Amino acid sequence: MNVLERQQEAGLATPTPIINDFSLVVATANGTGSQTANLTLLRSFFKLGIPVHGKNIFPSNIQGLPTWYHIRVSHEGYIARKPSEILVAFNPATAHEDLQELPSGGVCIYNADLKNLPKRNDITYYPVPVNELIAGIDVPVKRKPYIANMTYVGVVAWMLGVPLEVVEEALGAQFDYRQKLVESNMQVVRRAHAWATENLHKQDPFRLEPMNKTEGLIIMTGNEAGALGAVFGGVSVAAWYPITPSTSFMDALREFLPKLRKDQNGNPTYTVIQAEDELAAAGIIMGAGWAGARALTATSGPGISLMAEFVSYGYFTEIPAVIWDIQRVGPSTGLPTRTSQGDVAFAYTLGHGDTKHPILFPSSIEECFEFGWKSLDLAEQLQTPVFVLSDLDLGMNNWMGRPFEYPNQPMQRGKVLSAEQLEALGGFARYKDVDGDGIPYRTLPGTPHPLAAYFTRGSGHNEQAQYSERADDWERNMARLARKFETARNLVPAPAIDHHPAARVGLIAYGTTRYAIEEARDRLASQLPTSFLRLRALPINQQVRDFVAAHERVYVIELNRDGQMCSILQTEMPDYAARIRSIAHLDGLPLTARWVQERLLQAEANA
Amino acid sequence: MENPSPVPPIKLNAVGLSKKDYDGTPSTLCKGCGHNSIASQVVQVGFELNLRPHEIIKLSGIGCSSKSPAYFLGMSHGFNALHGRMPSVATGALLANHTLKAIGVSGDGDTGSIGMGQFKHLMRRNVRMVYVVENNGVYGLTKGQFSATAEEGLELKYAGHNEFPPVDLCMEAIIAGCGFVARSFAGDAKQVRELLKAALSHRGTALLDIISPCVAFNNEDDSPKSYSYGTKHEQPLHELGFIPHAEEISIEPLEPGEFRTVRLHDGSLISLRNLGHDYDPTNKLAALERLQRAQETGEFITGLIYYNPDRPSLAELEGLSTPLAQLPPEQLRPSQAALEQLLQAYR
Repeated sequence: MNVLERQQEAGLATPTPIINDFSLVVATANGTGSQTANLTLLRSFFKLGIPVHGKNIFPSNIQGLPTWYHIRVSHEGYIARKPSEILVAFNPATAHEDLQELPSGGVCIYNADLKNLPKRNDITYYPVPVNELIAGIDVPVKRKPYIANMTYVGVVAWMLGVPLEVVEEALGAQFDYRQKLVESNMQVVRRAHAWATENLHKQDPFRLEPMNKTEGLIIMTGNEAGALGAVFGGVSVAAWYPITPSTSFMDALREFLPKLRKDQNGNPTYTVIQAEDELAAAGIIMGAGWAGARALTATSGPGISLMAEFVSYGYFTEIPAVIWDIQRVGPSTGLPTRTSQGDVAFAYTLGHGDTKHPILFPSSIEECFEFGWKSLDLAEQLQTPVFVLSDLDLGMNNWMGRPFEYPNQPMQRGKVLSAEQLEALGGFARYKDVDGDGIPYRTLPGTPHPLAAYFTRGSGHNEQAQYSERADDWERNMARLARKFETARNLVPAPAIDHHPAARVGLIAYGTTRYAIEEARDRLASQLPTSFLRLRALPINQQVRDFVAAHERVYVIELNRDGQMCSILQTEMPDYAARIRSIAHLDGLPLTARWVQERLLQAEANA
Repeated sequence: MENPSPVPPIKLNAVGLSKKDYDGTPSTLCKGCGHNSIASQVVQVGFELNLRPHEIIKLSGIGCSSKSPAYFLGMSHGFNALHGRMPSVATGALLANHTLKAIGVSGDGDTGSIGMGQFKHLMRRNVRMVYVVENNGVYGLTKGQFSATAEEGLELKYAGHNEFPPVDLCMEAIIAGCGFVARSFAGDAKQVRELLKAALSHRGTALLDIISPCVAFNNEDDSPKSYSYGTKHEQPLHELGFIPHAEEISIEPLEPGEFRTVRLHDGSLISLRNLGHDYDPTNKLAALERLQRAQETGEFITGLIYYNPDRPSLAELEGLSTPLAQLPPEQLRPSQAALEQLLQAYR
């Protein structure tokens, strides 16, 4: 229902206020510094206590191509992507198309210099005389475009009723409270606000009113949260090769580590190496994990391809390491700045031969933090490469969240034998399943005992880590590795389940698609009640089987073309394969609740 | 009762180990392979330098050469990595524990072709390790294709005619910033041994490009990487001697002009006795020029070709102190208060 329809339904001729429930999009050109203005708006709304989320839809480009920043505010707390009712049209290149997409009853705030903007009589227009408003502001010429964006901040604040002191506070946080920058930007905001107050007549229904729904919350990107989690997880060797959208993960790591990880003498308890490619990054973390460091890398799909050989090596030689994959649209370069859940199938069995890897799927900044430390524990407990599959949407955008919980368990370093233990045991066999869980014992190089050493090789090996091409050695070892994977089922994070007592239909999803799905479930509550299982990791545990068993039909909703997780679940549960169905789609944008609703109803109509 | 024949006492070194304690498993390489003689020199060096096996790691890539770490230092941790990827693994392992001594063994295919990128970046980063290339100019395990170090115009029975100029790994190493670049011949056991010893004392990456004839696929008399060619044509730039740090005081003053001594990072000395070439291994341009000239004239020069201890190792640059792998959890996990304080900025 669009805004006008909502008005009409309410039977009112004049607009009734729409409070704390809309989506706003700012259209600018890449490289014009609009991010500061957009984040100032986002933080202002957050500081008003209103649930809010921002999504940057940006091009793979340094300067000039179009970019859109979507901000959704919702008093109900919904933060999925939703078509915008309010447009800030500051990019001449896209203004026409952006305007066409506005629903009836929408608002267009536009740069008054835009020529020939089509007139629609079902929306409200507010011009912003940008040049007039920034005239005489004392900033260097090259900062002019940046400061120009502050004009729409002032006009949006006027339109929505955001107090200027809130904007100033948000701007302060944005500029790290550097007074001169805050002041010159705020000057423009005030000027634009004053101009709007004097010259514009508010005709639209959108307003913000303070709430208390963000009290105590933080706002952060998923990449920052994941990196911070790794810092508290004791990451000690990190290696990477720059690739969008994982770069900001490593940037955050390199920002947090020096602040938080120095020993009593001021020496670092970590190292971060920029490798020559992802292949070398994978080699570095394998070497480091083997030698006893807590090692990680962050990358995206193309990087995962280059890491394939090392990951299967790590599976077979049983070396702990953590690989964050901030997924983007592939194949190849694909849409490098757009989001996707396209690496699930690839990562799960990455490698040659029979290989399977634990994967964690964070869906929020809280889970990015939690999985940040937990993945390092799991890698050492299981002695294997562990993936964390985030995505561009989660990694690069700002999300609200509860302040992170400090790790609730001591660091798990796995089965590592010391010299004393070796002495007591009289030696060890590197690949022997002593405990029946498939996880063998290892020693670290440098362990001062004559029986500590073993030889790590990708070639066939027996329990003593000796070279072997014997058929029975090979098969026994691979069977143990499969047993280890069974152990992993109950070590990885369990799914989050919301059982609806009346539901005959279950939904399964993972990662950031949850937001659109949660909203869609609420909207469909009376028409189509559903249960929801959110996978937090692979391999699945018994709860997932039970969930599927308890529903007539289960839809796996995901952001890729082929329904990759759906196929994995069908393979894992062949007895239930027929009831596990795919709802999948990929266009580079996060899912909307409306799409989920429509596709679910459609699927059920045909069921 | 018959007297038992007297058992000769087993000679032990300063750390109480016999030479046998430095052995690995029996070699599965061809009889007479140059790689085996290099492995036996590593065993000898370990014994003579009183190395503690648990303080050493041995790493390799893929190929005949890369099998050889199994044949020495059986009491040291070993890592047989992926083809061409030993440098990155070594980098990671030595970041995790920079107090380990690392011996990497690679081949000409493993280093000069598939691993060229990692090789050069290892040198750039100056990771502290000995990097041995067992260089025979062919791919043995896949039955004799040319490698990138094979001489232009070389004819081999299986591979045919080599059309392309060779990669000179010593030149590549010097250009990439390596501060210890040596070439030797597997048949020259003493030189290999002295170079290995000196390399273990170097501050960063030390490259030993050792021509190691392949008896199966590249040992024709006229091949520059054959035994007979190496034996006939080897031109040592100097005669090498290694004096470990602890024995330093016992050496006699060296005659200027006849000897050069170079002090290594850990205080050991390497003596270079002039063999008439008047060669200065600390001059980078001269080293490159000498290598280029040798390539043009088909000379086979050996010895310490370039030495420069000035560049800090990667671990030094990273400011590492306690090995990262040995840090206790309390040093790896900041406090709850630190987390809460940091999050204040995100409210």
